Amino acid sequence: MERTGIDLWVGMFVVAGVAALVMLAMKVGNLGTYNVSDAYQIHAYFANIGGLKATASIKSAGVLVGRVESISLDTQRYEAKVVMNIDKRYQFSRDTIGKILTSGLLGEQYIGLDVGGDTEMLKHGEQLKKTQSAMVLEDLIGKFMYSKAEEPAK
Amino acid sequence: MPAAKTIRAIGHRTINAVWRIGMATRFFFLTLMYSGSSFRRFHLIIKELFSTGVMSLIIIVVAGLFVGMVLGLQGYETLKRYGSESALGVMVALGLVRELGPVVAALLFASRAGSAMTAEIGLMKATEQISAMEMMAVHPIARIVAPRFWAGIISMPLLAALFSAVGVFGGYFVGVVQIGVDEGSFWAQMQAAVDFEHDILNGVIKSFVFGTAVTVIALFEGYDAPPTAEGVSGATTRTVVTSSLVILMLDFILTAMMFGGS
Repeated sequence: MERTGIDLWVGMFVVAGVAALVMLAMKVGNLGTYNVSDAYQIHAYFANIGGLKATASIKSAGVLVGRVESISLDTQRYEAKVVMNIDKRYQFSRDTIGKILTSGLLGEQYIGLDVGGDTEMLKHGEQLKKTQSAMVLEDLIGKFMYSKAEEPAK
Repeated sequence: MPAAKTIRAIGHRTINAVWRIGMATRFFFLTLMYSGSSFRRFHLIIKELFSTGVMSLIIIVVAGLFVGMVLGLQGYETLKRYGSESALGVMVALGLVRELGPVVAALLFASRAGSAMTAEIGLMKATEQISAMEMMAVHPIARIVAPRFWAGIISMPLLAALFSAVGVFGGYFVGVVQIGVDEGSFWAQMQAAVDFEHDILNGVIKSFVFGTAVTVIALFEGYDAPPTAEGVSGATTRTVVTSSLVILMLDFILTAMMFGGS
């Protein structure tokens, strides 16, 4: 089979198209962002997860340390069970507190880990004992209104 | 009786349309059936890839750049009201990857490559090249139609991906370089919001479906064109009109299936 100029052009076209797809996947999409390859799993129970979704990020001191693996409702406790993948490079003490936080006023929700002082570290399959649920705006407003109503009229 | 005449005309047109849909479907399956031999002669597909894909590159890239730039400007104007300019990247990327990339690229593809396909095949028919081929025991669908069909199907997703990628850079150029939206939040929010399977892969599936629809319509109109100068020009017009409408209709159906209610 002889080579022609057309083959070169078509080759360039296909390469450019595939490169565009790869660029979309890596740069635009979430395929290129932090993949927890070597990870251990821990889980935690939250009374309310708000808008947390699977694949949401887990941060400690603002640094991305893992991703949420799955979220389910535990019908024994009627609380949300959140399974997290944490990068092996990062170890956390056993009294670490998991909080559901929001990035910015209307941003996406993530789990923030506040490390405690315990010398023993969390191992694969263990549970975060202390958690803080997501802030739900309606609850906050409700509390505020009740506290206002309880105040004596001036 | 003008009323009876109108009703008769409407009925005639409806029956004619259904007839043509049936013929186009049969034509589509015939093309699939004869595709095997065109894969054995892959240089035919390469040649068609050149004329459909490579030749459409410039229009796709330029259009993508401008669409991305317009999205950047308009998105900024709207998002500014809610104080969330940093979400500009999300808006540009999702708009392009989900909708504008596949749809606008397919519309451009229909008018750039689809019309050319129809005119080419229609003219072959008018100059009796197709009958000559049949006489030489070469099946015209295997020799002429199938390579063009596969070239269209291969090039459409690639063109749509290029359109989206260039468009994202257009939005980046206007949003970040010119207006001054924060570069970090532009990319970071985009990456957090655009899901590979849900957004990018669905966009590729869309463009694949549009590519199939456009090439089938273009090839069928050409193959079915009356072998006159007038017939070929009418068929070319019909290709652009029909495939544009079909693209938009299919887009609604696909969007409802992929993103609706979730």
